[in-house]
This record gives sequence, structure tokens and C-alpha cells, in this order.
Amino acid sequence: MKEFTASVIKEFRHIFRDRRTILIAMVMPVVQIILFGFAVSTEVNDVRVAVCGDLVDPAVRNVVDRIDNNRYLRVSGSLSSPSEITGVFRRNEADVAVCFGRNFGGNLAPSGHAQVRIIGDGSDPNTAQMITGYIKGVIQSEQTDAEVAFAGERKASMVPVVQLMYNPAMKSSYNFVPGVMGLILMLICTMMTAVSIVREKETGTLELLLVSPVKPLWIMLSKMIPYLVLSAVNFATILLLSHYVMEVPVNGSLLLLCFAALVFVVTSLALGLLISVISPNQRTALLICGMGLTMPTMIFSGIIFPCESMPEVLQWFSDIIPAKWFIIIVKKIMIQGTGLVSAAKEMTILAGMAALLLAVSVKSFRTRLQ
Amino acid sequence: MNAIEIDSISKNYGDVRALRDVSLTVNQGEIFGLIGPDGAGKTTLFRIMTTLMLADSGSGKVCGLDIVKDFARLRRIIGYMPGRFSLYQDLSVKENLDYFATLFGTTVKENYDNIKEIYSQIEPFADRRAGKLSGGMKQKLALCCALVHKPSVLFLDEPTTGVDAVSRKDFWTMLARIKASGVTVFVSTPYMDEAAMCDRLALIRDGVIIGTGTPEEIISGFPFRLLSVKGRRMYPMLKQLRKTAGVITCFSFGDFHHVTYSPEVTGKDRILAGLAEAGFGDCTAKEISPGIEDCFMWLSHRGDSDRQAGAGMQQL
Amino acid sequence: MERNAVEIRNLTKKFGDFTAVDNISFDVRKGEIFGFLGANGAGKTTAMRILCGLSLPTAGDGTVAGYDINTQQEKIKRHIGYMSQKFSLYPDLTVKENIRLFGGIYGLRDRQIREKTDALLGMLEMQSEKDKFAGSLPLGWKQKLAFSIAMIHDPEIIFLDEPTGGVDPETRRRFWEMIYDASEKGTTVFVTTHYMDEAEYCDRVSVMVDGRIAALDSPERLKSAYGADNMDEVFRIIVR
Repeated sequence: MKEFTASVIKEFRHIFRDRRTILIAMVMPVVQIILFGFAVSTEVNDVRVAVCGDLVDPAVRNVVDRIDNNRYLRVSGSLSSPSEITGVFRRNEADVAVCFGRNFGGNLAPSGHAQVRIIGDGSDPNTAQMITGYIKGVIQSEQTDAEVAFAGERKASMVPVVQLMYNPAMKSSYNFVPGVMGLILMLICTMMTAVSIVREKETGTLELLLVSPVKPLWIMLSKMIPYLVLSAVNFATILLLSHYVMEVPVNGSLLLLCFAALVFVVTSLALGLLISVISPNQRTALLICGMGLTMPTMIFSGIIFPCESMPEVLQWFSDIIPAKWFIIIVKKIMIQGTGLVSAAKEMTILAGMAALLLAVSVKSFRTRLQ
Repeated sequence: MNAIEIDSISKNYGDVRALRDVSLTVNQGEIFGLIGPDGAGKTTLFRIMTTLMLADSGSGKVCGLDIVKDFARLRRIIGYMPGRFSLYQDLSVKENLDYFATLFGTTVKENYDNIKEIYSQIEPFADRRAGKLSGGMKQKLALCCALVHKPSVLFLDEPTTGVDAVSRKDFWTMLARIKASGVTVFVSTPYMDEAAMCDRLALIRDGVIIGTGTPEEIISGFPFRLLSVKGRRMYPMLKQLRKTAGVITCFSFGDFHHVTYSPEVTGKDRILAGLAEAGFGDCTAKEISPGIEDCFMWLSHRGDSDRQAGAGMQQL
Repeated sequence: MERNAVEIRNLTKKFGDFTAVDNISFDVRKGEIFGFLGANGAGKTTAMRILCGLSLPTAGDGTVAGYDINTQQEKIKRHIGYMSQKFSLYPDLTVKENIRLFGGIYGLRDRQIREKTDALLGMLEMQSEKDKFAGSLPLGWKQKLAFSIAMIHDPEIIFLDEPTGGVDPETRRRFWEMIYDASEKGTTVFVTTHYMDEAEYCDRVSVMVDGRIAALDSPERLKSAYGADNMDEVFRIIVR
């Protein structure tokens, strides 16, 4: 046991004496959260709307006022002809254009039919879709009010009211916080553990450890402990940041969330151990972690692209990525606020992966050099 | 009981035959030198003996324990210092030593007497990081770490490679003291001049042991006469000597040329006369007894011609 | 009088407050074999890096092959050869490809490279090995090949950094015979070694201690000056 404690202390010394490691381990989560939170946000704010039409027309004025009063939209200018829209988009002076038909108010009042065109900038389809959605909403509400005003009574009409549960404001942070959590925990545990073992291979100190009477497994476990602690700190950092800065709620049980994180960390540590067994040097270990883990995790865990819209084959592939299951669990517990029962399937899969990887990595760890 | 018994060990890496049928015995309490150039298989043999690697065939015992079956028990009683400096550069001298002591279930205090002589030289730098030590001090620290658990057999893989001539001398003095404390020392080196410091040796080349015994035994097996020649224009003289009848080999050794010749064909006077005739009149020559390096060169030639003969037989 | 291959005056190199090379001055004559000895950490490598144009001195000046070590580093690199035990050849290129590569690096024309390749392979008796990977050659051959490649552009001076470490005794001597041959053809040889018998093969030897040159003379005169039988003793007396 003394050997084990001494090894753990030694491992902590390695970490604290290498400024780069400590910097990566401590600063990376903060940077990632802030990066995803502010720079890579998929929300649409402060949309610039160019209007084209007869602004003297009161009906047009009503709609334009409504657009301007919307908290996400802002009228940035008026155009005299629809032919100017291309220019405005190219000069990046507006994100969307709204064109009112000729004699808009005049047509609307007697027939109830008037034309309005919404022209979005399709070069960024996701954003364009959202923006045109907002404008449609504004026009729709104007239409409802107008009907009441004209007819003097409420006609029977169905207006769908869309409400998004768990994330009413459609904040993208609800999506990326679980994602970043999965990514960071995996990086710290897998990459750092793998690199720290492989480094001893490279410097030749592993030879000395192997010829000592200490059980190699103890040495490996002693290497995992510091990274477990480190990832606990990271987990807390992310949670605090996302709660107080990004305002993401923790709706479910915090304890359950921590437990899920623990299971995921063990999976990652075992994976790191496995990588260290097959890598002859740090470069290979980093390459495997980067190409083999980080990239697939980013792509297949649903942080950026939803898994459901992938081809079936890729969906199967995404199933073997531990981070995917962890992220689902985090979303369920943190945001939906459900309990263990609803995340039982994912928990079981993750725990199974942890057990399997741990068994394989311990089994494949050799007591001799290759 | 012998400290080390190795019986016909072979090891291949793919097509490369690193060790071929290597057998050795090392007596208790002696300094045994494994001498050979880089790539001869020295490190592979060390790794097999220190239980770090499995041989393809053959068996071995260290302190009576089987190197494969009893590897766990064996690891408690051997000390090993690998070829390159393999300690934690980011830990201090003291932290390194304490850590290795703990790994072997002991403390520095408990075995202080064992390492005192060497450790006292680096103790003033106990708080310095190992990476910041000079080459000589690193080596002393590594030796301390290998000795801290009082091993019965100490394995040192090329401890003097890349070390300057003065530090090398110091190191061998330390080894003599370690031996005096009862530890068997198995040491490898590419420097032939260090052979004289060993009680017994094995010469290794291309994975084959080409000679073994005490330095005296190896030298007495040298079959030719040896002449040490000195003159003014050394390099042209070397070329001339190689052309001389009866001269088997001629190589430079420091400021002399060592000439091996067969006494039936020629002699010192005839060789000198031949040199004078060719315009090297100012030469002096002396009959000398060979050194380990002369023997190594002869033995490797013999090995080559044996192998060629063997290959020829197979073709027939 | 003919200019020296290397002329160094008051060369100093500091790393922070550590002085690695401390005000050294020496000349290497054209065509001589100059042994550059010293204990580990005496500053040999630092000095050699400056001479090869890889690093700038903190103070002092000098020329290598007639070019200034402070201002003409690129010219120096073109006119010297360099070989060390650590880096010499690309193990994953064939013998021929290595020759081609280094010929190209030193700006030889295609026709010159072809001629050199044939001449070199003939001299080393390696025609049948030309398509083998350099990494698969025995150590002795590798070193001979590396030496020949370092000489491919007929440099005025060649720097050899511990070229024979760990090599078997015969190969080591054969290697020195190549050095002699190069020296006979007029190439200046600047060599470091840990084998003291090899110090005897040099025309002149310098011994560095703590960043300074503690002794510089022919082996003969050093031995008589220190009353020693061989260079090993000389070295020990000086370094102590």
C-alpha cells in the first residue's frame, strides 16, 4: 500500500511540475465553455431586417413597428426596390429582407389578401431558417390582431402555439454544456493517462518500474488517481460555469449526475490505459486520442450534428462512442430533470462499456516489455 | 550456487537474430563484463536476465531463481540500471531515491550504509531536479537507485557509454567497492579497455558469444605473435605492413601499430627489414602480449570465417 | 601564408548566467586532423555548434573555411561537412536515395550526383546494397556511408561528432583509415571522441575543461609535457 501511495504522490508531482499539463487541464474546460457559450452560439440575436415597401401605408407601418419591437429583430433600413436586396446582402448590411406587395394596406382591407415576401440569406441555411421563422411569427401575430380589428369579432381560426419544453428560450448552451462535459472528461482522462504511461515507456523509467517488485497494475492504478481527481475538479468547474454563467439549470439529482460522471470517467481511464498499451510513443498516443477519440466524439456524440439525421451505418458507429451515452444521460438528468429510471438504459450501456474496457485494458497490460 | 546461469538463449526480432544460443555462468561476488559493440545484443540479454523480456528459447537462472517462472521473486533481489539515464527528470535527487526505495519496500534510511559512499557525493544536491544534474552525477544517482534495496546481483547496462575517460575511471572504482560489499556485478560495455577491470568476461558480437573467461585466459588463447611498431609516417606504414608477407592483420592502436604475424613465415627482424626497404627506416618494433581488443578482433575474424565455412558447407 | 581552416578568437557563449564556452581562441590548420577533446559538459558541443554555423557566439569572432561565424553562417554550412553518431542518414531511405538527397541539399547538379553516386558506391564496394534501406545496414557500413555522404560536396573541413562511439574495434580503425584518406587528400578534419587511443591519431589535440581550452598541442608534445605514456593519462591529468 505504501508503494501505491508513493506512486500517487509521484504522479501528482509530475502533474504539478509540468506547467503545460496543469494549464491544459485547468484552463481548457473554461476556454471551451466560454468558446461554445459565446462564440459558437447557434442562437440568433439582433437580426438586421431590411424592409421594402410603402412605409407611408399604415398597414405596412404596423408590421414594421412590430418587427422593430421584437427583441430579436431590428429594422436596419428601408429599400426602395426589391432589386436592392442582393446588394444589401452582399455588403452584409442585413440578414433578412421583408418585401411588402404594392398597395399592401389597400389590398388587405377589402379582400383580406395581401402579399408579403420574406427573403432570407440562404448561404447559412440554419440561421436563415430561424430568422424567417421569427419574422413569420411576427407577421402571423399581426394578422391575428388585424382580423380582430377588421371583423370586430373573433373568427374561428387555429393558431398553433409552439412551446419548447425544458429549453423555452432555445438556448444552445443546453446542448453544448453536456457535450463539452463529455469531451473534457474524456480528453483529460483518456489522453492524459495514456500519455503519462507512454512517456515512461519513452524515457525508459517503465523498465525500472517493471523490474521492481511492485505489481504493474498498482502502478497503473496510481496513474489513474490523479487524473480522476483532476477530472472531478474539471467537472465541478464546468458545472459551476454552466450554471452561473450560462444559466443552465440542474433540474435533476446532482448526486445522480456525479455518479454518471464517475462511470464515464472510469470508462475513459480504461480507454486511456488501453491506448497506452498499444502506443509505442507519445506521438502515437496523441494521434490515437485526437483522431480516434476527440474527432469521432465531436461528430458522433451529437454535440454538433444530431445523431438522428445521420445515415444508419454512422448511427450504429455512434453507438460505440461512450461520450454519446454520457451526453444523453447528462441531458436527461440535468435539463429534463428525470431520474435514474429514465436514464437506466444509457447508464447500463455506459457501465457495461466501463467494465468491458477495464477488463480488456488490465488483461492486455503486460508485466514485461514487448 | 552460481549467481547467474544462462543456457542457450536465443531471441529474434523479426528477421534480426539478436541473440544466438547464448550460454553464460557468473560466479557469486565477481564483476562479470559483457563486452561488445553496439548492436551486438547486450541490451537484449540484459532484458531477458532481468525478467523484462522473454527469450524465444533457452533458459536461465539468477540467484537460483528461474528468470521466467520466478520473475516476481527475482525482481525483489536484483538491481538494474538501464542503458540510458532512466530516472524521473522532474523529481529531485531525494524524491527519486525515496521513490525507488519505497517500490522495493524499504527506506533510504534503512539501507543508507549500502549507498553511503556514492550517495554522499550527490547528497549536497539532494533537492536538485535529476534533469539538472551533470552526466556524472546522474550516473551516481542512477547507481544509488539501483542499489538502494541491497540487491544480490547488480545489472549495469553500458553505464560508461558516452561518459568521458575520467568519469569512467571513477565509475570502475565505485564498482570495485560495490563488489567488495558482496554484490555480484554484471556489467556491459563497448569499451575494450575496461575489460581488465572485470574478474571474468564474455565477448559478444552479432548476438554470439565469441569468447569467455578471465582476461588472462582470453589473452592466452591468442594464437599469433604480436608486434607493436612505431615510426614517423604511420598511415603509409600501415598500408605497407598490410602488404608484407606473413602479416595477418595490422591495425593502429594509439600511437603504435599492432601487427599480428605467423612466426613460421616471418619475424620481427624480417618485418623491420621489409619496412626499411620500403623507405620506413626509422621504425622501432617490440614483441608484446595482446590486449583484450586484439583478442576481440581476432575472435570476431574467427567467428566470421567459421560462419562462412558453415554457410559453404550448407551449400554443398 | 595560407589561411587556416578555422580561426577562432576570444569566443564566448553564455546561456543566462552560465558560461558554456569561456573566451577560447585556437586555429585549425588546413589539412590537419584536429582532435577536440573534453570531459562531459566542458562545452565541446556548444563550441562545435557555433563552428558549424548552427548557433551564434555571445562574444568573439572567427572564421570557418574563410567565412565569418557571426555573419556568414549560411556560407559556412555550404562549405563544411558534418557527421555525428546520432544523426547521419535517413534509415527509411535507400542508400541511393540518401546519396541523392544529400547531393541535392548541397546543391550538386543531377549529373554530378549521378557521378558521385557511382564513385561512392564503388569506393565503398556497396553497389549491390544501393537499393537497401540505410537503416538495415550493419553499423560499420552505415558509418562509412554517412562519412562519405558528409563529404559528397568536397567540403574544405569536416566536423565529426563522436563518430565511432560504440563501434566494434575493427570498424573503428577502418573508419579512422577513411579519415586519414580524407586528410591525405587535403580535407581538414575536426573530430571529437571519448576513445583516448583515437586522440593519438590526431595531428593536434585540444582539451577543454570548464569552457576553456586547457591544453592544445600534438599528442607527442602533450605526452612529454605532462610526463605521460599515453593520451589517456594526459587527459586525466588535465581534467583533474
